[in-house]
Amino acid sequence: MGRIEATLAHLGSLDELARRDSSATRLDPRVKLVATLAFVAVVASFGRLELARLAPLALYPLALAALGDVPWRPLLLRLALAAPFALGVAAFEPFLDRAPAVTLGTLAISGGLVAFATILAKFALTLGAGLLLVATTGFDEVCVALRRLALPRAVVAQLMLTYRYLFVLAEEAARLVRARALRAPEGRRLSLSGAGTLLGQLLLRALARAERIHVAMRCRGFDGRLPVRRAWRLGPGDAAFAAATLLLLLAARAADLPALVGGAITGALR
Amino acid sequence: MSHHLVAVQDLRFVYPDGTAALEAVSFAIHHGEAVGLVGANGAGKSTLLLHLAGVLLPTAGTVRVGDWPVTRETLPHVRRSLGLVFQDPDDQLFMPTVEDDVAFGPTNLDLPPAEVEARVVAALDRVGALHLRRRPPHRLSGGEKRAVAIAAVLAMSPDILVMDEPSSNLDPAARRALISHLRTFEHTKIVASHDLDLVLDVCARTIVLAGGRVAADGPTAEVLADDALLARCHLERPLRLQGCPRCGAR
Repeated sequence: MGRIEATLAHLGSLDELARRDSSATRLDPRVKLVATLAFVAVVASFGRLELARLAPLALYPLALAALGDVPWRPLLLRLALAAPFALGVAAFEPFLDRAPAVTLGTLAISGGLVAFATILAKFALTLGAGLLLVATTGFDEVCVALRRLALPRAVVAQLMLTYRYLFVLAEEAARLVRARALRAPEGRRLSLSGAGTLLGQLLLRALARAERIHVAMRCRGFDGRLPVRRAWRLGPGDAAFAAATLLLLLAARAADLPALVGGAITGALR
Repeated sequence: MSHHLVAVQDLRFVYPDGTAALEAVSFAIHHGEAVGLVGANGAGKSTLLLHLAGVLLPTAGTVRVGDWPVTRETLPHVRRSLGLVFQDPDDQLFMPTVEDDVAFGPTNLDLPPAEVEARVVAALDRVGALHLRRRPPHRLSGGEKRAVAIAAVLAMSPDILVMDEPSSNLDPAARRALISHLRTFEHTKIVASHDLDLVLDVCARTIVLAGGRVAADGPTAEVLADDALLARCHLERPLRLQGCPRCGAR
């Protein structure tokens, strides 16, 4: 299997997890979507040095992964794939802020290092929550939920069609690359102009396909809507999940939980 | 009210780049007929099908489908009575799941949800694909995709079923299943194909296109046995009408 095909199989595998039956996949997609958005907002609301206060929030992805019985490997793999972006953002923090912010015994940790760790923690928490949303809901259900929550029709249609044809387009790209590789002299790298030609070919094919798809849609009465029927009903499980998430987010936002717990422990030891 | 279901009169079509794809094409098709449309590559088969569905409009001449002349204004009526199955099912299956895709047409006809559901089940059952209803289309095999694409058109209950190369890229078993499904449809059928054995199996009448003109129009068994005609049109006898390769007997 070529690299492009492997990546493709990889891409779809998270979505495939959502087809299993579990307490997490049975939850209403709208509830999960709103919970994820609220979670991301709360994580983002903490300051650059409030690393410790993020800790209790890890409970949300851990609980959702446990409810959905989501395997850790694919999640961690995807986090690692996106990690360079977060590292790029955080890289300069340790050099810009050298003033000690925390002391552990005799060891002084600079504000920059704490900020660095905070950015990475925020990244892992928010992206992890997003990945878990897809792994327990499925991309198309997320799109339908977005539409139900009044995201404009055109945006949702774009998302759905992009996801659907990502696979077709990538297969087309794989065929082009393979066809070139089979006729290229052994080991010769793809030159810049050669890559341009391939990319141009891909664009032309994509345009031709888009035109055919549009014709096919019009032949079946397309008028701008992509109607998706889903009979969703909020159940007691949804209410419990929403309440638990709300409680966690409010508590994490309102009180310094790690300090409270730490205080309670040191108080008991005295 | 015409007694022909599909009537094409002196159809001429010139592509914007000046290529004349169809010249003086005329034929009429009655209710319940199954017509094969054969011809060499570039003979104008696909262009003709696109005219039937009103995707292309004639440079000259007329196309009538049911009670309607095919014009920009009548397209909704035309597309309600004529369903076109595209050559590449990936072009046709654009919704996230099979059942969403089959429901797409009926929903656009503004049918009540219960009726949409009934049509989805009936259409998928018709092509033996009911078990695929919750699957995403990009995970299906070629034969499954083709079956679902046909179901998506059947769900709109067209009077006329038009298919472009329905057996392309199918393995022999999927092709055989397709043929037996096609034979059970009571719709008026127009099938464009290079698979002449399929045409022989499914269609009683055959129209041969060559260079954008009608080269022959008659009973399939006669047309596809006319060696001089077939050679002229870059075709050959269906395997079943050829002699036995061992003894030469017909």
